[in-house]
This record gives sequence, structure tokens and C-alpha cells, in this order.
Amino acid sequence: MSTLSNPTTAGATAGATSKFDVEKIREDFPVLKQNIHGKPLVYLDSAATAQKPFAVIDAIRRFHEVDCANIHRGVHELSQRSTAAYEETRSKAKRFLNSRYTNELIFVRGATEGINLVSSSWGRKNVKPGDEIVISAMEHHSNIVPWQMLCEETGAKLRVIPMNERGELLMEEYEKLLNPRTRMVAVTHVSNALGTINPVKQIIDMAHRAGALTLIDGAQAVPHMKVDLQALDADFYTFSGHKVFGPTGIGILYGKTALLNAMPPYQGGGDMIRVVTFEKTTYADLPYKFEAGTPNIAGGIGLGAALDYVNHLGIDQIAAYEHALLAYGTEALTSIPGLRLIGTAREKASVLSFVMEGIHPHDIGTLLDRQGIAVRTGHHCAQPVMDFFNVPATTRASLAFYNTFGEIDALVAGLHKVKEVFA
Amino acid sequence: MVHDLYQEIILDHSKRPRNCHFMADATRQADGYNPLCGDKLKLFVKVENDIVVDVSFVGSGCAISTASASLMTESLKGKTRQEALKLLDKFHELLTTDTAVSQDLGKLVVFCGVRDYPARVKCATLAWHTLKSALSTELAEPVTTE
Repeated sequence: MSTLSNPTTAGATAGATSKFDVEKIREDFPVLKQNIHGKPLVYLDSAATAQKPFAVIDAIRRFHEVDCANIHRGVHELSQRSTAAYEETRSKAKRFLNSRYTNELIFVRGATEGINLVSSSWGRKNVKPGDEIVISAMEHHSNIVPWQMLCEETGAKLRVIPMNERGELLMEEYEKLLNPRTRMVAVTHVSNALGTINPVKQIIDMAHRAGALTLIDGAQAVPHMKVDLQALDADFYTFSGHKVFGPTGIGILYGKTALLNAMPPYQGGGDMIRVVTFEKTTYADLPYKFEAGTPNIAGGIGLGAALDYVNHLGIDQIAAYEHALLAYGTEALTSIPGLRLIGTAREKASVLSFVMEGIHPHDIGTLLDRQGIAVRTGHHCAQPVMDFFNVPATTRASLAFYNTFGEIDALVAGLHKVKEVFA
Repeated sequence: MVHDLYQEIILDHSKRPRNCHFMADATRQADGYNPLCGDKLKLFVKVENDIVVDVSFVGSGCAISTASASLMTESLKGKTRQEALKLLDKFHELLTTDTAVSQDLGKLVVFCGVRDYPARVKCATLAWHTLKSALSTELAEPVTTE
């Protein structure tokens, strides 16, 4: 990998990752080819949403131009085509995540809905007063609030696994939190605010030994690393399509068949029924029991194309390239005087969150934007994380495989200019 | 770079905010909070015979919100409550419309660049929203920009 003592540009850094032709890959992402305020766009906000390759854009377009029809039950050609394309995504996701069956993969709007589905459907049926739900100190609001709402409704108690100054969960404290009242452990696989990769396999195994179920929020993990659902043995796992280069409004919730079968439906309506009379309704089998109403068909098809695209690049190659990019970015940012990284876990993925002495993240964000550099500033929907580090907000540069070493250099140069303004 | 937004006077007030202290004898007080960026502000106002005789603030925020609070405190002293609220309306107009810049705004015109940065309007108005809250009731509720 390149180092700062040997300054590099996008072209010169290809060495360590020569198999990964980032310039060629960037050709697949039309949005990246534009100037912002007269400067080439440097998109460092993929943790908020990832950009979409032509493959995804074309798949959605093709659906609308050629195959558009409502899915399931249609006997005409278009309906059969769109049903096949939509359902094919489930099979692709099964292979992508190595789940055992396709019918344990439920289409949802995104990870937020996936978590809400479990907290509502499983939670209301199974959680009783005095039960405990365990989350962690680094959760996104989407993996805090649904559980808080469930606790409020049921009289259960929310427990929080603490973390250290690096942004790593304290596993010995987690061990102490587990007890016979623990019903669910809901933890993020990768922190959106800190980049920490949590030891989810260990977290799941410990929860299971205590008799608790587990839900893993994979929104920030699936785009960056191999996720093997059978190896992990999570009871529920969810992610959002738009963070894995697919469209917004579509995601997947995985749940073990026995658990999903025992859960009541989340929403009622068409598609989720077998027989409806005014006296009684019997529900459809998995996965349709949880998929009321006409779904985001185009989104589902687009997600399938996104998973194909990631497969084509190779998730392990992506992870290796991003790891090198993150290491380079970490070293480059820490060389800036007055800059403090927030989140320095030993196991990290794709996130560089930081604060700068005397300069508010919002001002950094605006000044970088004027140089064409898109970063996110604020609390990243993780206010408890900000409180822990005693900062009101951070600036977050988040990486994807289409980012270059040259873009890291542009970020560093941009931050030096920010410092000049506030000198 | 972006000197239309970060004008010299704004940078100066953000680095050395004026009237940035607690006020023990304030007659009114309000809290402002921008949940979007975590900016927090506590505003102290001393009103005597309907005249704003003193204003101060404490808090943490970005350069725009800090400079806005600082310049606001300078421009309010000596104004009646009515005049202060009228200034708030003019300031809001400056940030959110394309109308001609009002002559009554004095130094506050340096914020005219903010209208080209819609994401930053709330930063510039936080102190003023808080002022409105402080002036409208003796015991103001905490306000937010939402």
C-alpha cells in the first residue's frame, strides 16, 4: 500500500490493487462523471447512499419499458415476466448471502422496515414485562427507536452494550448483560457513524447460549464484505438495497423459517393471504405472509441487478481494495494537524468520521462541497454515539469501491483549504 | 473560496463572538436547538420598559450560527420589542427570498450569501428563532428550528 511519505495519485497507486481497475469501474457509474461547482465530483457519502451502476439503471428502465406489469397471479405474458424477474432477486439474494431457503428472505423497504417488522411482529407476540432487549452503544436510530417503542409498549427493558474510546464494543460487559430475561440482541454488523466491524458471530453465539434471539443490522456490512448467513447463524439479518448500489425503497429481511412461521403478519392486505372471507382470513405461506400489497417491483429487480454487479466485481476483491483505501485515508487524515478521527476500531470498514479543532462539521461540509467533495456532516442518525464522544456532530467521509486514492488526496487538500479559511 | 458565504466579518464574529456570556440579571431566556446539526444556544435578554437593553448568548455551533448570534446581539440593543421582531422578519426575508436587501439591516447584510446555501439557512436563523421565543413570553419554552 502507498504511504504518505511516498505521495501518490490515482494512477500511481494502482500497484497494490492492480487486479482492481477502479478507473474502468468508474465508467459504470454515470453520476460520477460530473463537475460540482466547477470541480470533479468526489463522492464520499456512500454510507448514506451508494451510487448506481448502469446495470441497475438499465434493469429498472427495462422493467418499465418492456416488462411492466403487476406481479403474482397474472396469467398474461408481462405479468409472468415481471414476476420472474422480481422473484429472481430472491434467489440472487439467497446465493449472495448464503441463506438456506429463498422463502426466508422477505422484501422490505429497507433495513429500517426490516427491524420494525421484527420488533412489531415478533416483539409484540413474544416480549413480556420484565423481559430484556439488548442493543449496542453504536446503533443507528433505526436499531434503537423500534426497540424503545416495543419496550414502552410491553414493559420490557432496553439494555445497551457499552463501547470503548476506539468505538469497539466491550464484550465482557455484553457477557454481563446477558441473562435468562434477555429475549433479543439487536446489533449492527458495521457502525455507520464509526466504521467499526463488530464481532457479530461471537455476539450471536453468546446470545444463543443465553437463550436469546439475534437481529443483525447489515446495512453497512453487505456492501463491503462477505456475509454468510448460515455461518453467522443470526436469527434475523436485514439490509437496504440502496447502500449496496441498488435503488432506494427496497431491502431484505432474512429470518429463520421457524421464527417467521410463528410470527403474525406485519401488515394486512393483498398478496399476503390464502383465503379471505368476512369471518376469517388464512395467511399466505412465507415469504408472502409478510409482503402485503403491490411491492416495489422495479426496486426489487434493480436490487437483483445490483447484487449481480457486486458479484461480478467480487465481494472479496471489493473488500481488499476498500481496506487499502481506508488504510491510506486513515493515515492521510491523521497527518492533518488538529484533526481527530472518531472511530478507531481495529476492525473497520469504509468510514472515516472526524472532527477538526475549532471548525464545526457543517462549515467543513459546505467548504468541501464548494470543492466538489461530497461528505456527510451531522450526527449520522446516531446521537448516542455523538454524546459518547462528546461532539455535537462529525464530518464523515465514507468509501466505496469506485473511490480512488486520488480522491483521498483531494479530500486532504480540501481540508487544508478549509483550515486556511478558518486560520 | 466561498467568500460570498464566509465573509470576513462572519469569520471574525465566529472566532471572536461578541456578547458571548451568561447574564445573571436577564429578564428573559430561551434555548435554541437545531437537531439537524446539534447546534445549541442559550439566549439571555434583558428587557426594561419594553426596550431590549442587553442581549447575550452561550452555546456551541457552526461559524454561521455563532456569527449570526453574535451579530444579532449587537444589532438588538436599544430596540423596542416590536422593532426587534420586525428586524427578525427582515432578516428572515434576507435569507429566504430574492428581494432587494433592506437598508435597515445594517451589518446583518453580510448574511445575504446564505440564501445561496439553502442547507445553511437554519444555521443563520437559529439565534433569531430563539430570540422570538425569548421575546414572546416571559418564561419561554425551549425552541428548535424544526
